[in-house]
Amino acid sequence: MDKQDTSDMGASDARPVLEGPDIARVLTRIAHEIVERAKGADDVVLLGIPTRGVYLAQRLAAKLEEITDRKIPVGSLDITMYRDDLRLHPPRALARTEIPGDGIDGRLVVLVDDVLFSGRTIRAALDALNDIGRPRAVQLAVLVDRGHRELPIRADYVGKNLPTSLRETVKVQLAEEDGRDTVLLGVKQT
Amino acid sequence: MQRHLISAADLTRDDAVLILDTAEEMARVADRPIKKLPTLRGRTIVNLFFEDSTRTRISFEAAEKRLSADVINFTAKGSSVSKGESLKDTAQTLEAMGVDAVVIRHGASGAPYRLATSGWIDAAVINAGDGTHQHPTQALLDAFTMRRRLVGRDAGIGQDLSGKRITIVGDVLHSRVARSNVDLLHTLGAEVTLVAPPTLVPVGVETWPCEVSYDLDSTLAKSDAVMMLRVQRERMNAAFFPTEREYSRRYGLDGDRMARMPEHAIVMHPGPMVRGMEITAEVADSDRCTVVEQVANGVSIRMAVLYLLLGGNEPAVSHTRIEEK
Repeated sequence: MDKQDTSDMGASDARPVLEGPDIARVLTRIAHEIVERAKGADDVVLLGIPTRGVYLAQRLAAKLEEITDRKIPVGSLDITMYRDDLRLHPPRALARTEIPGDGIDGRLVVLVDDVLFSGRTIRAALDALNDIGRPRAVQLAVLVDRGHRELPIRADYVGKNLPTSLRETVKVQLAEEDGRDTVLLGVKQT
Repeated sequence: MQRHLISAADLTRDDAVLILDTAEEMARVADRPIKKLPTLRGRTIVNLFFEDSTRTRISFEAAEKRLSADVINFTAKGSSVSKGESLKDTAQTLEAMGVDAVVIRHGASGAPYRLATSGWIDAAVINAGDGTHQHPTQALLDAFTMRRRLVGRDAGIGQDLSGKRITIVGDVLHSRVARSNVDLLHTLGAEVTLVAPPTLVPVGVETWPCEVSYDLDSTLAKSDAVMMLRVQRERMNAAFFPTEREYSRRYGLDGDRMARMPEHAIVMHPGPMVRGMEITAEVADSDRCTVVEQVANGVSIRMAVLYLLLGGNEPAVSHTRIEEK
């Protein structure tokens, strides 16, 4: 969600920085890191931030289930109503918030998003979580960290650190939504 | 979306579906321990009620509070209106206070339109029922209830009501709910049939996008939803039917009639119900009657409308007119 407007990115000059197999490898690594840090991932709940964070969370959950042989609760957390820039744009359509049946109280919540940029989406997600329950701890997993934070927020699990300039755009495409898996780095057209 | 919501006829199909989809997400907030969203923090909304109302006013107030707006309630009783203040002066008072939106119910048809277009006020205007004209949020919550019951909660997302057959029965002449529903349901692709005694069918109904019938029994068997309307005695200034008993026998919904409806069909009522008149207690208390559901859905629909009208950078935020003065 923390990314440049995708409409202004010409497909022609965008270059892939991660391809399908890289994304699969990266997610496998993050899954192992989560198990390692959470000492078995007993109480992990994965919450994806729509749109693409949800698909990443579902893929991560599948990998975690493979590793731990246990069902991993996975859901989605729409942060639209908690954004700090609501009044700068026309109202946005809402996405689905789906909290797993057992809730998040006392659990380790891992937020999952595609791109970490300003950090404002994650701040909104933390506010949204606050209204839903009280997790034991909250961690953050992102596919790409492109830098340029505007808030004191960092990711616990990063797929790829991608140093960018503000003139560049980062676009994650996933098979479920876009028909293919890739991360594209382009130049913003002014 | 436009800045105001005056009439259900102003909504396009896409606007209406967007409102219904947004309401579906808003409904999930009601299941949470903390039923509050920060979205309209710092916005001031006035509920301007010149006419009595229970569920609409409470429903709007609940929706506004769940979105964290500051709410000011105004009822004509006990205000300067009873001293003879005009709508214009009331509006200008509210404008001077920096109100972002006005939810208005008024006995005169067209009062919300006047308020929105007169230039007296910059705020967004939401019609909560005006005379015998329109009640758009009621039509939206009815459509929302129908979509949930007839199409499905999740299956309904992004869908309209095309092909559904809706029958509206009763005092159509005095009913703003009927007018709004005919407009909105037509926009959403449903086929609407009005059933009423000839004396309670308005002049000019032939220009409405619906069918008209005087016989309830023949339309019941092919209805997906039957909406019963209250006979509005307070607006009646003539004898429209011989006796209540006769009205009730010909146009009331009882258990026998309900049994002749299709298995999946639902019974709706905008409230307040008069049991024994247009609906029997047996029908009102049955599983197929959605009255209570409609009230719950009303809060979700009003949250959706408020969010879509006030949640972004629409012109409703600018108070330039005040600064100029």
